Amino acid sequence: MSSFKIFEIAGTGMSAQSVRLNTTASNLANADSVSGDPNQVYKSKHPLFEAIRASLGQNAASSGVAVKGIVENQAAPTARYEPGNPLADANGYVYAPNVNTVEEMVDMISASRSYQNNVEVMQTAKDMMLATLRLGQ
Amino acid sequence: MPSSIDNYIGVHAAALKLRSQRTEVLAANLANADTPGYRARDIDFKNALAAASGQSNATGGVHLATTRAGHIGNAAPDGTPAPELKYRTPLAPSLDGNTVDGQLEQAAFAENTVRYQATLSFISSKFRALMTAITGQ
Repeated sequence: MSSFKIFEIAGTGMSAQSVRLNTTASNLANADSVSGDPNQVYKSKHPLFEAIRASLGQNAASSGVAVKGIVENQAAPTARYEPGNPLADANGYVYAPNVNTVEEMVDMISASRSYQNNVEVMQTAKDMMLATLRLGQ
Repeated sequence: MPSSIDNYIGVHAAALKLRSQRTEVLAANLANADTPGYRARDIDFKNALAAASGQSNATGGVHLATTRAGHIGNAAPDGTPAPELKYRTPLAPSLDGNTVDGQLEQAAFAENTVRYQATLSFISSKFRALMTAITGQ
């Protein structure tokens, strides 16, 4: 039954986008989590999306999305001179995470729109199936 | 007897099946809107319908020959050839190789849904006419 696959596809899309929203929330929440050690400071995280081609043998039409993994941004943290900060290192520096808040906000909006798209697809597929069930009545 | 009902419904049964397959393809496109390297696909509806209803020998596509056990063909489990899937030509290609245009896919999805419902109401009215003929009221 091919119509059920639409739910599966939209479902994988929704779960992938919610992982993306989770990483964005985590990045934004930790945007100001400074540390005295540049190796211990929070690094911004981003999900890697990949199309699922598992069912390619039967019908090449369907491919959902999978989160292949979460990568951490390896850019160097920003060093700030704050000798009054209790977390500061011996030279008076604290290290701020490499989170770009503007980028994260844009990512959040994009993820939220994509999520809504998938919800809409699911809703429409449901309506179509219900209309098909009512066929002949 | 079933074949005469098939004749009565005409092309609409095949059209309904193709529409639901196209919904699946478009759902996959929308779900993969943020997957790097994903290429948007679509069904060439006119050719696919002509091939499905046996009106045309030229399907315009290539079918995989399965000459040995273990070969994977591009036919559905029930033996009907899979509809021709074509890659969309992107209007504005992105750097990550993704060719999904969200707005275009949404428009195609909405159009496909309306046409699906139109096909449904065609079949529905055919059945109503049949019921009128049977009951004579």
